[in-house]
Amino acid sequence: MPTATITVSAAASLTNVFPAIADAFRNKYPQVTVKFNFGGSSALVTQLKAGAPVDVLATASEPTMWSAYNAGLTSIPLLIAKNTMAIAMPSGNPARITGLPDLAKPGILVGVCDTSVPCGVAARDLLKLNNVTVTPVTRELDVRSLLGKVVSGDLDAGIVYTTDVKAAGRSITSVAIPPNLNVTTTYPIAAVLTSPNSTAAWAFVRYVRFSLSAQGLLRAFGFTKPW
Amino acid sequence: MSRTSKRRLRTARPWFLLLPGAVALTFLIVPLIALLSQAPWGSFLQILSNPAALDALRLSLETSLMATLVALVFGVPLAWLLAREVLPGTRFWRALVLVPLLLPPVVAGVTLLAAFGRRGLVGQWLYNGLGVQLPFTTVGVIVAEAFVAMPFLIITLEGGFRGVDRRYEEAASTLGASAWTTFRRITLPMVWPAIVAGTVLCWARALGEFGATITFAGNFPGVTQTMPLAVYTALESDRGVAIALSIVLLAVSVTVLVALRGRYLRSGASA
Repeated sequence: MPTATITVSAAASLTNVFPAIADAFRNKYPQVTVKFNFGGSSALVTQLKAGAPVDVLATASEPTMWSAYNAGLTSIPLLIAKNTMAIAMPSGNPARITGLPDLAKPGILVGVCDTSVPCGVAARDLLKLNNVTVTPVTRELDVRSLLGKVVSGDLDAGIVYTTDVKAAGRSITSVAIPPNLNVTTTYPIAAVLTSPNSTAAWAFVRYVRFSLSAQGLLRAFGFTKPW
Repeated sequence: MSRTSKRRLRTARPWFLLLPGAVALTFLIVPLIALLSQAPWGSFLQILSNPAALDALRLSLETSLMATLVALVFGVPLAWLLAREVLPGTRFWRALVLVPLLLPPVVAGVTLLAAFGRRGLVGQWLYNGLGVQLPFTTVGVIVAEAFVAMPFLIITLEGGFRGVDRRYEEAASTLGASAWTTFRRITLPMVWPAIVAGTVLCWARALGEFGATITFAGNFPGVTQTMPLAVYTALESDRGVAIALSIVLLAVSVTVLVALRGRYLRSGASA
């Protein structure tokens, strides 16, 4: 393995787990330095299409990854994890929300992600699946901004990933959604074909997908198996 | 005199300024040309007739004008107070007024949340006492824009007030004019060019405001999604729409600047 620095563009919902995986990766390949660029999946693909110098792409949905793959930018993606949705409330749950139907009540300030990013698509599908009609007050462009507005108490509730709830810890209260009424989103990862560090990029992709430590970390942060 | 100085200028052409100056000019112009060259001209009208785009444009114009109005009502008096050093510790206050201008807009949004968010320093009183919540409302957008843009008006206008020859005001009050009449009939007309320049700067900054708005007021079509937010949102899915919206925003600001330039924004007029 040659000495290299690789840049990994990863979905905002991977913000906590990927640095932990990179630490483990570093133990195996000390000569590779991993840098991260976290953001909304669609924005990451837009950056890549505009020529951003990125070596690895990991998105929060398959359509966003296919959009990069179909543009001839990445290798065939591998699926690394799945995520489900949950309702996040500010600590203390001032609006006393107990489930999705509560989000439709008048006067409840609900935030979602915009449907141009995966967490927004998942939220829309989730509400549709549960036959709940919600008029959100904001459509955030990545899940971390949405979570921030829940933590600050300015929103009564936000539809976020289960892993975000786990990452936010005690700064929020949450309600889980029963598995049969929940939706999932799948996380693909791929090496960028234009990468000048393709050996290191591939090593990272394989490590995240196949190594026990990376997969263990993903489980520990609340992601589920994609297979 | 003017002939000799002209001749001297010609012989000593400052080449060391010309080249970097040309680089600066190119650097500023190329992105604009690139934007126009990538525009989806074929579907331009169709994109703009989209209700969401029109909503964003309407919202942008309304909020930026309201923010400018707020800035005028409160900023003009503050500029005068600072210029005349009425308050003790004027230097300190002046430095403080400039802070929003130096803050990254996203940080400005975070500070606004800390102040006016539902659990914020002032916001909790507004919410618990009056049931008023600023985030996620159009008023919140105006607040964010005014916070970021008002300093532009204040610093421009403060310079204007400082430049006023005080003897005219003194003469007016010697002749029996009240403080209000002196301000309205003597001071204001003398700083008029600075008011116009400051207002335009303030309005342009409010119109382009992005970071504080999305952080403090959120992003919802028709309520808080102004043009810059609509551009950023469109960028996630359709670059063509984002470019078309950017061009409209550019056209609006250029039109206003050109319309005012001839009358008020001559070099030197902005103090």
